Amino acid sequence: MTEQGLYCEAGDFYIDPWLPVPRAVITHAHGDHARWGCDAYLGAREGERVMRTRLGADASIRLVDYGEPVDLLGVRVSLHPAGHILGSAQVRIEHHGEVWVVSGDYKTESDPTCTAFQALRCHTFVTESTFGLPVYRWSPEAAALDEMRAWWRANAEAGRTSVLFAYALGKAQRVLAGLRGTEVGPIYTHGAIERLNRDYRDSGIAIADTVYAGSLARGHDYTGGLVLAPPSAGGSLWLRRFGAISTGFASGWMRIRGARRRRAIDRGFVLSDHVDWPSLLAAIEATGAERVWVTHGYREPVVRWLVEHGIDAEAVASRWEGEGESELQDLGVAGEEIVA
Amino acid sequence: MKDFAALVAAIDETTRTTEKVDAMVRYFTNAQPTDAAWAVHFLSGERPKRLVPVRRLAAWAIEASGIPDWLFEECYTAVGDLAETITLLLPDSASSIERPLHVWIEEHLLTLANLDESGQRQSILASWLALPARERFVWNKLITGGFRVGVSQPLVIRALSRVSGISEGVIAHRLSGTWSPRADSWTSLVAEQTRDADISKPYPFYLAYALEDEVESLGEASGWQVEWKWDGIRAQLVRRQGVSSLWSRGEELVTDRFPEIAAAAAQLPDGTVLDGEIMPWKGDKPLPFAQLQRRIGRKSLGPKILADVPVVLIVYDLLELAGVDVRHRPLSWRRGRLAELLASAGMKPNDSEPGACSEIFRLSPSIDAAAWQDVRDAWQRAREACAEGLMLKRLDGGYGVGRRRGGWWKWKVQPYAVDAVMIYAQAGHGRRASLNTDYTFAVWDGGALVPFAKAYSGLTDAEIRELDVWIRRNTVEKFGPVRSVKPEQVFELAFEGIQPSPRHKSGVAVRFPRIARWRTDKRPEDADTLATLHALMSTPPRES
Repeated sequence: MTEQGLYCEAGDFYIDPWLPVPRAVITHAHGDHARWGCDAYLGAREGERVMRTRLGADASIRLVDYGEPVDLLGVRVSLHPAGHILGSAQVRIEHHGEVWVVSGDYKTESDPTCTAFQALRCHTFVTESTFGLPVYRWSPEAAALDEMRAWWRANAEAGRTSVLFAYALGKAQRVLAGLRGTEVGPIYTHGAIERLNRDYRDSGIAIADTVYAGSLARGHDYTGGLVLAPPSAGGSLWLRRFGAISTGFASGWMRIRGARRRRAIDRGFVLSDHVDWPSLLAAIEATGAERVWVTHGYREPVVRWLVEHGIDAEAVASRWEGEGESELQDLGVAGEEIVA
Repeated sequence: MKDFAALVAAIDETTRTTEKVDAMVRYFTNAQPTDAAWAVHFLSGERPKRLVPVRRLAAWAIEASGIPDWLFEECYTAVGDLAETITLLLPDSASSIERPLHVWIEEHLLTLANLDESGQRQSILASWLALPARERFVWNKLITGGFRVGVSQPLVIRALSRVSGISEGVIAHRLSGTWSPRADSWTSLVAEQTRDADISKPYPFYLAYALEDEVESLGEASGWQVEWKWDGIRAQLVRRQGVSSLWSRGEELVTDRFPEIAAAAAQLPDGTVLDGEIMPWKGDKPLPFAQLQRRIGRKSLGPKILADVPVVLIVYDLLELAGVDVRHRPLSWRRGRLAELLASAGMKPNDSEPGACSEIFRLSPSIDAAAWQDVRDAWQRAREACAEGLMLKRLDGGYGVGRRRGGWWKWKVQPYAVDAVMIYAQAGHGRRASLNTDYTFAVWDGGALVPFAKAYSGLTDAEIRELDVWIRRNTVEKFGPVRSVKPEQVFELAFEGIQPSPRHKSGVAVRFPRIARWRTDKRPEDADTLATLHALMSTPPRES
């Protein structure tokens, strides 16, 4: 780990650096992992569109298929599905028979908007720990979607508009994929989300039809609809147009009551793009790794647990942030102007 | 229990008062009387006494969830709430058993007191297995004594009024004082007949809003009564049928805590209710509030403490005269009758003795203010008068119920303010769990920073999140939950009072410190010094 980020000396490249470097391997397009300004990027082909949106149209990005090996100064590098968002990848690094895997962010539950996580054997596993405490246990995705539908229905019957906050990249599209073909609608979107919806649709991902709220006339009646907005739109003037609303938030943090209450959100839906505690432990075990580096999240407890279970583990400081803290960076620019 | 847990969740999941009231109306309409009585009890902010030590509950939860102690602690720090931590860690219940709220309370909770440790353990473990997550959370809140619901008393009263068709004022009166959660209490709470016999019952307190606009916006100064705002314990003294009851604003019966007032109350005529402020008072001056706290903190009141911290009742208002509720009468009328009443009570023969009626009951002085400028001048003098500001009351207004806008205003003096550097941070609890929201602030003493105050409030949610990220990136050391941070962030702290304190490293103790502003424009070396703080003790606060 260096000032710029996680560095592979033999291959002279960084993984998800937070400062500009000559060569960067990118695990996924969230703002805390894919930073603007590097000379050359390597990323998974599945995520091309969202990476372009994030890194700029003229960024130099080398795209590879999942599993396709690349030789960097004699180091064999390949990207493998991480199941986090569209195009997310684990980075597998092999040099003189020694294998490292850097997870980026990942989840093992299946998700219609991206290729499913693939377990890889390795000697050293670098894992995230965003939800690395046993209080974080997810119910299946279907449970959260059912709750969302019931909430929307009750609001529609009471003449209210449902405003659901979800991270603009990944979570919003996962919700839209889950609501596709259901009775929920019409679904309106904030500009920050609509632009990424376009990227997902262009990448061949089936999601529910949406109407960009910014394209509608002033005074449009939204009653009974579902509005999908990034969390940063909470409490903003932008929300005024929707009249009487009930607010919801789809995030793993909603497992904790205090996390919902301090945002003054009416309803929390536990839906995460990260592994929960049991999946995290299972994923680590499946790698067969003899050494584990634990990055962003609940590093210390996860390391202690692993050490107590006979695994050589250590906490590694990084500037990656896990679910939601990078939300403001994810938006980049104010959402309204984005869809031209 | 299922319905009650659903009610708690419904209240928790909305910030709109109409929806909270609707949820309560739905619950009370369908609940059986004993359940409804317990629900009223809990919604009114009453909590069951904690019968099992928290340490034991944690130990059993650790046992049931199969994780090590340290990991439980980590989870507790992240969640910030013991009842919730336990709820989230326990395995999901396989089969739930539905029992009414009152059965859980009367047969499972209250009976814990009669069980030994192993009996309690068995009972609690069985309860956890029997309850699904939402009910388990409410149950854990009840057994940890931490039950709190996000409704104010006026909302509960509004819901009860809608369910029963009885007016809100009558419901409020029936609920004030000691109310036992029994089926017959519920029945009489919502009963049609309005003859209430309880002789000790106080009226709901009328509370003032803080004045935000210029005082001139209140119309003519001559329409207002101006009094000092005292920093004591707001109280109501009820004298009926030879019995005296002194109630604090928390509607707690405190007659025994203030024997001087109870003794003097015997001189009041039956059917009298006074509203006033219990103040520690010696000679011709009030004592600091901290002195009164010394007295409140004691289990038994010896002659020494009674002599050291004598109290008086500064009387503000007259609510009942000769057994008749006079709250609807204008303040000018009530004030006139109050002055007559206190004068005639003071005429009793034993008035010359210490502790006599006129010594204990003091009519709250009204400040002569013909024009608003006089009021402003008085406000400037408030700290000299040992008051926290002024109270403005409409002379033609009645005595209202709860906090209402318009009739009464409090106008507090400007707080003291200093610029201080944040040196420690700690995660908060409840809705602030896993965010660093509790901060310690320091001022300069030579080249060193000396901590002098902790503050928890004053920042917006967005500022708290931004500061939290900064704290995580600028932590120097961690001592358990406390982080020391680089001394770089400067905040303007406001506080109400400052006193010498040998127990604090800084030598001063401040009252009600809170964050006034995040001074991102200031560097740490621009913060104030300990000498500035010491100088504040001898001067009134700065003007703003």
